[in-house]
Amino acid sequence: MSSSFANITTLPPDPLFGLSARFKADDRSSKVDLGIGAYRDNSGKPWILPAVKLAEKKLQSDNTYNHEYLPISGHQPFTSAAAKVILGSDSAVIRDDAVVSIQSLSGTGALHVAASFLNKFYTAGENEAARKTIYISNPTWANHVQIFESVGMKTAQYPYWDADTKSLDLKGFLAAIEAAPRGSIFLLHACAHNPTGLDPTQAQWKQIIKAINDRGHLPIFDSAYQGFASGSLEADSWAVRYAIAEQSKTQQPIFICQSFAKNVGMYGERAGVIHVISPDFKNKNAFQAVSTNLQKIIRSELSNPPAYGAKVVATVLNSPELYKQWEQDLVTMSSRISLMRASLKLALDKLEGQTGGNSNWEHIVSQQGMFSFTGLSALQVSRMEKEHAVYLVSSGRISMAGLNEDNVEYVAKAIHEVVGHTYSETRAVI
Amino acid sequence: MFAGVRQFNHWVDVQMAPPDKILGLSELYVKDPNPKKVNLGVGAYRDEEGKPWILPSVKEAERKLVVEGLEKDKEYVPILGSGPYNSAVQKFIFGHDEFGKKLIAEKRIVSAQTISGTGSLRVIAELLNKFYSVKKCYMSAPTWPNHLNVFRDAGVEPAAYPYYDLDTNSLDIENLLATLNKAEKGALILLHSSCHNPTGLDATSEQWDQILEVITKRELFPIVDMAYQGFATGDPIKDLGIVIHKMTKMHYENPEKLPSFALCQSFAKNMGLYGERTGSVFLVHESPEFISKITSQLKALVRPMYSSPPCHGSKIVEVILNDEKLYKSWLGDVAKITNRLNEVRSGLYDNLDHSLRNWDHLKRQKGMFSYTGLSKDEMLKLRSDFSIYGTDDGRFSLAGISNRNVKYVAEAVNAVVKK
Repeated sequence: MSSSFANITTLPPDPLFGLSARFKADDRSSKVDLGIGAYRDNSGKPWILPAVKLAEKKLQSDNTYNHEYLPISGHQPFTSAAAKVILGSDSAVIRDDAVVSIQSLSGTGALHVAASFLNKFYTAGENEAARKTIYISNPTWANHVQIFESVGMKTAQYPYWDADTKSLDLKGFLAAIEAAPRGSIFLLHACAHNPTGLDPTQAQWKQIIKAINDRGHLPIFDSAYQGFASGSLEADSWAVRYAIAEQSKTQQPIFICQSFAKNVGMYGERAGVIHVISPDFKNKNAFQAVSTNLQKIIRSELSNPPAYGAKVVATVLNSPELYKQWEQDLVTMSSRISLMRASLKLALDKLEGQTGGNSNWEHIVSQQGMFSFTGLSALQVSRMEKEHAVYLVSSGRISMAGLNEDNVEYVAKAIHEVVGHTYSETRAVI
Repeated sequence: MFAGVRQFNHWVDVQMAPPDKILGLSELYVKDPNPKKVNLGVGAYRDEEGKPWILPSVKEAERKLVVEGLEKDKEYVPILGSGPYNSAVQKFIFGHDEFGKKLIAEKRIVSAQTISGTGSLRVIAELLNKFYSVKKCYMSAPTWPNHLNVFRDAGVEPAAYPYYDLDTNSLDIENLLATLNKAEKGALILLHSSCHNPTGLDATSEQWDQILEVITKRELFPIVDMAYQGFATGDPIKDLGIVIHKMTKMHYENPEKLPSFALCQSFAKNMGLYGERTGSVFLVHESPEFISKITSQLKALVRPMYSSPPCHGSKIVEVILNDEKLYKSWLGDVAKITNRLNEVRSGLYDNLDHSLRNWDHLKRQKGMFSYTGLSKDEMLKLRSDFSIYGTDDGRFSLAGISNRNVKYVAEAVNAVVKK
């Protein structure tokens, strides 16, 4: 009967998981983990937000708190408050009931449901390619490709990171938008682009959104760092809200895949929401058609979403004092990250000055959010790990959360050394 | 609103999805203003007052985590759940008999945390669709309606085996075995370990032996759905003896007869963790190498679906399973639930008019549900005339009954069957 199981190979481990495993196994005391995608405080420890601690206490003493099933669409106090967070509490589309909001297993779950829904129902693309292809940035979060391809869609790339200038390849980006068949699907990072940390400016966003609307494309926003990037929920949702404001220029809906993993520290609780916004939802049949079919996808995969994280976030968002505390917590996290960016650049510039180097580290402070694309090559990254016990992803992405006052100088020294080193090998071996 | 606007339906070929049969019923119940209304719809336990019941052991575990600070962070758990959670649950399910212990020691069990029972069923269905040669799964007639959706959406074609005989209100064992004897060789078969949903009717030990015999003869791949562990006998460990232990023994002693099987397990009901979505999937096989291959493939399936499972429920489970006192306390909670459900059965039985209809089957059934044998019309009449809400198939969720309303329900049933 084993022959009934055909062709099963062992897949290589997830690369990020492999990095984490090697870090754990390394016993050098100097080791630094710049691979983690979770916030760390200045002592390198995970941080439960004070707002969350207060919310959890509140829940424990709430005698209506229980573990009952949520509706398939999720915890309504959570999903409606989440919509306000991303769209603004005075949002016209919320007022007009033009938003379908369904709870999801964090950001990944939202993207997966969006992918499944579009794969099943999207027909407005100019041709088959437009209907079944999602355009993702080059580079993007590794899991994006898998999410869309696993449901049967194809992925294509739009230029984004210009490695030479370490800035946005806006020309290439716009060209790709224009070249894609009408009604193609574009995945956009709302802020704090992962992995580069590079976001378009407002002026650039205006051009991008205009080009997308002119071609009748459908935008999906991946919003995983709102508030975490700049410390301001409003500033970090500017691109999303601009697209909504411009929605009259297009007939396409807008999808938002919203995660509270980082900005409320809900990582393992898996708290997220998928929003679909369309002025056509004034027609209640259209609203219900989309809502019920999103729920149908969810029902046969998990029945209904996990309750606890949603209740914690709902408690934070729906209580004025806790919301204020949360805003403070966002500033705490984002400002520590900004400080680390500044410290790293300062240390690197100092070393450059000492050795007469001319490397430009400006991008480290112009980028925002958890990650920074340092520009280090795979060879340099592997030397960072081997020689200096500093662990980062082979793309050169560092997690700023892994930096703190105790290790930033050391990391700067390591970066400086690997950049200046002459390499005999031509390939990184990890 | 803007020029040339077309209907949303122009680009999206979307029709309203039909309302979920079970969850839609709850909505009707909520809307009903009748103070005597009874909800016999959803399969969630209710106490004597008709309220959700947080198990004391669960409350204590949660208090330890959240109030006492046992929970240090909310980090992502690994894609297939944390090591400690998986080994605790593996030990809990398989570690009570000699064969299970051997399987654990020989690393012949895939263990992964999933999104409760549904998530467990879905990932095993996806895995089998991808790697197993026969993409067809036999399911009992009737079965939990969502079973069909889960497998179908994973690309596996549902088929039926006879199960419940509506005329005799008993197991249609003859036709069940006959159908399986003609089943496509190597096909999948979905079994309920105990407390069959929706009927409450379980096979006897001898009938299970007959079923397993045919399964091995036709080389069927068994997937066991275990969502009510503990509610058959009142003891979760004893409940494993109904079919799981039979299968681990058969597999270990005669792997050529039963080379592999899967188990989809949930803590939704027996720990009352419903909305926290905590469950596991297990796959047993002869080869540890195969086990690690499957595990890596499971990771690849899960990562693009939801990255990693929710941690709150799993932490509660871990605390309970690893704390001797709490574990004992939990066993008491499960016994309490089972006792109340059995009391409801007795109470209902005693208040029904046996001259109108034979109600003996109520006493044979186990778990949260009872297939009353009431027709769809009778169920609709219960709704319209008495505000008693059960599903069209005649299923009662017994947790909706207590000493407060058992007479009302019995008298209503007596009224609708009187013709």
